[in-house]
Amino acid sequence: MKMNRILSLALAGAMGMSLLAGCSSSGSGESSAPESTAPAESGAVEESTAPTGAAFKLGGTGPLTGDASIYGLAAYHGAQIAVDEINAEGGAIQFDLRYEDDVNVAETAVNAYNTLKEWGMQISLGSVTSTPGVSTSALNFEDRIFALTPSASSPSVIADKDNVFQMCFTDDNQGSASAQYIYDQGLGENIFIIWKNDDVYSTGIRDQFVAKADELGLTVAGEATFTTDTSTDFTVQLTQAQEAGADLIFLPIYYTPASMILTQADQMGYAPEFFGVDGMDGILTVEGFDTSLAEGVMLLTPFNADATDEATVSFVTKYQKEYGETPNQFAADAYDCVYAYKQALEAAGCTPDMSAEEICDALIEVFPTITFNGLTGDGEGITWDSTGAVSKSPKGMIIQDGAYVGMD
Amino acid sequence: MKRLGQMKRSTRTSLFTYALVIAAFVIVQLVRTFKEGGVGSVLEGQLIPICAYIVMALSLNLVVGVSGELSLGHAGFMSIGAFAGSAVALGLQSSLGSAPLRLAVAMVAGAAVAALLGFLIGIPVLRLNGDYLAIVTLAFGEIIKSIVTNIYLGVDEDGLQFSFLSNTNQLGEGGVELIRGPMGVMHSQRISSFVAGFVLVLVALVVIFNLVNSRTGRAIMAARDNRIAAESVGISVTKYKMIAFVVSAALAGAAGTLYGCSQTTFVATKFDFNTSILILVFVVLGGLGNMWGSVIAATALTILPEALRQFSDYRMLVYAIVLILVMLATHDPTLRGFFDRLRGKAVRGLDTASIRRGGKTEKGGDAR
Repeated sequence: MKMNRILSLALAGAMGMSLLAGCSSSGSGESSAPESTAPAESGAVEESTAPTGAAFKLGGTGPLTGDASIYGLAAYHGAQIAVDEINAEGGAIQFDLRYEDDVNVAETAVNAYNTLKEWGMQISLGSVTSTPGVSTSALNFEDRIFALTPSASSPSVIADKDNVFQMCFTDDNQGSASAQYIYDQGLGENIFIIWKNDDVYSTGIRDQFVAKADELGLTVAGEATFTTDTSTDFTVQLTQAQEAGADLIFLPIYYTPASMILTQADQMGYAPEFFGVDGMDGILTVEGFDTSLAEGVMLLTPFNADATDEATVSFVTKYQKEYGETPNQFAADAYDCVYAYKQALEAAGCTPDMSAEEICDALIEVFPTITFNGLTGDGEGITWDSTGAVSKSPKGMIIQDGAYVGMD
Repeated sequence: MKRLGQMKRSTRTSLFTYALVIAAFVIVQLVRTFKEGGVGSVLEGQLIPICAYIVMALSLNLVVGVSGELSLGHAGFMSIGAFAGSAVALGLQSSLGSAPLRLAVAMVAGAAVAALLGFLIGIPVLRLNGDYLAIVTLAFGEIIKSIVTNIYLGVDEDGLQFSFLSNTNQLGEGGVELIRGPMGVMHSQRISSFVAGFVLVLVALVVIFNLVNSRTGRAIMAARDNRIAAESVGISVTKYKMIAFVVSAALAGAAGTLYGCSQTTFVATKFDFNTSILILVFVVLGGLGNMWGSVIAATALTILPEALRQFSDYRMLVYAIVLILVMLATHDPTLRGFFDRLRGKAVRGLDTASIRRGGKTEKGGDAR
């Protein structure tokens, strides 16, 4: 009798687990596609390589669940499309991609990174967001695994590390570029800033923006802050902005609070211009958000999904077909990362049977020398200096009819 | 074996707990030294956080299990310890070369600051009881988080510089930013080690067992079991609760320092309400007042989310389900009876009929 109850409890547990295991096999996390295609195809192309060296093991961490999951999933999906394309071509360079969830927390990111290391990661896509990025890039540096992060934009990510490179421009760069842009285009007389003071990304951009605005003589009429805990109600901040007579609100924040600010400003009947940075990218895909409120919002981003060049059109079409939404710059950055890796690995003559450290040394040599043409950047080609920073200028975008349109 | 049977139960439990911790440490160290690849990168990276969480669980168990007060702001003390300790460690980086010594100094500093804060918070808080106390500690946890998020602390040759809300520190050449407001702390060296974590766990156990099995400890438990009766025999309830609270805060501060110095970067929002609850879960799952239970629960529940990575997006859902099942299983009288009988058989097998064990363990009592 008692044994029966124990048995039934154990069985119920086992059933619950197997049910969920079934669900997740079709979910994201570990990519299933390249594992099924890559070994088969590469095996046919280059049978001579060592058994371990069928494909480069490419790993990255990002928030695949939780608050910031739009960024993590976008980067993961973008990288996946690039990997699928490269593997389908069947060249000498093949990738095996694996993304692990870090929930945008530094401690979890370290665990995710270690999981990838145990898997045998040879080259890394770093972390998608900044705070985890600082933690994992330090490990990348210690373990000599080369990293090219799509979007961890904090300067601390690449500081003092010879083998960590960025595909996105840094926070500082975004702050000063935003101020310059507003100044050049004469977008606002009285600027008000709403920023998140417990966030590296937001604080970094805001500090640089204020410094640059001072230098250019822009009027910052005031600023208001919020934290993770207070990111649901912005009426106080918006009232402050209204009282300060601001005609342009600068939002160096992620899209979730930004969507609430737009909604609440609309409810208050307050209609200033809004100017965001790359964290604003993704606002059109927020569930339950009335995208008509985002009309006329300006943002800086390195990628334009409406561009008509062949590469962008092909990427956007594939992304829409595969994931049912328009890719944002995180997806494009990650896509570019994979292709930049391909180009660099070819230039360095790396093979998948090399150790992570050998590849790392080769890539450190090669990366500052290559010029890469990708979806992001403005057609002139992207280059890196030896510190790991990228030369790329942000593009000004404005939201019109539910889509990003280039401003100039 | 006979002598073991004649010992006091409290001594036997303490010895068992020490043995458990030391055995676990020795096994892990042996695997790390002799097996190629060690314990694996994932577990390797988690060793120090596990030690920190064990100490957190032990210290909270002192408040919740032994002193009987529900505290929901324990992560606040961890935060204080992590920031104060890290600031000291960073500040001494150039002058104090030896990493273990620097860590020890940092831990003492972290523990001292957390103890001081525990004392200050304890003055108003410990006049309250039950639910009220829980809510006030929760509020204190949040206040600590908000304050630490806005502290900027730097040091250069002219001394310390402090600013609040926005960074107005003007650091000279060679100055170091110790605490960077919302960006938390950034370490260029990670000085925590597994050995240091192990030593801290042992120190925490020694402190807690000696406190609990002393006159003071019995007074604390008397105040827990019946406040009025304890007061009637002349025990100052607030004083003894304060002792438990401050000791707990100090241990949490040291654990915070250990954790902080093991991370490249951490921010104040990491030590939020969720972390407090997580530690409370360790304590409740391990058993109130049961120290070795806390050690096992903290270890298992720290490893579990990583062990569930194969479930990808459903990881935290599975984690929650496992938690519910474990809670049900460990508190189900049928299962408890089953495990007690198993244990009874094992003991009889080892030691033929010389020891008659009581079988049933008592509920939520003293340190087992």
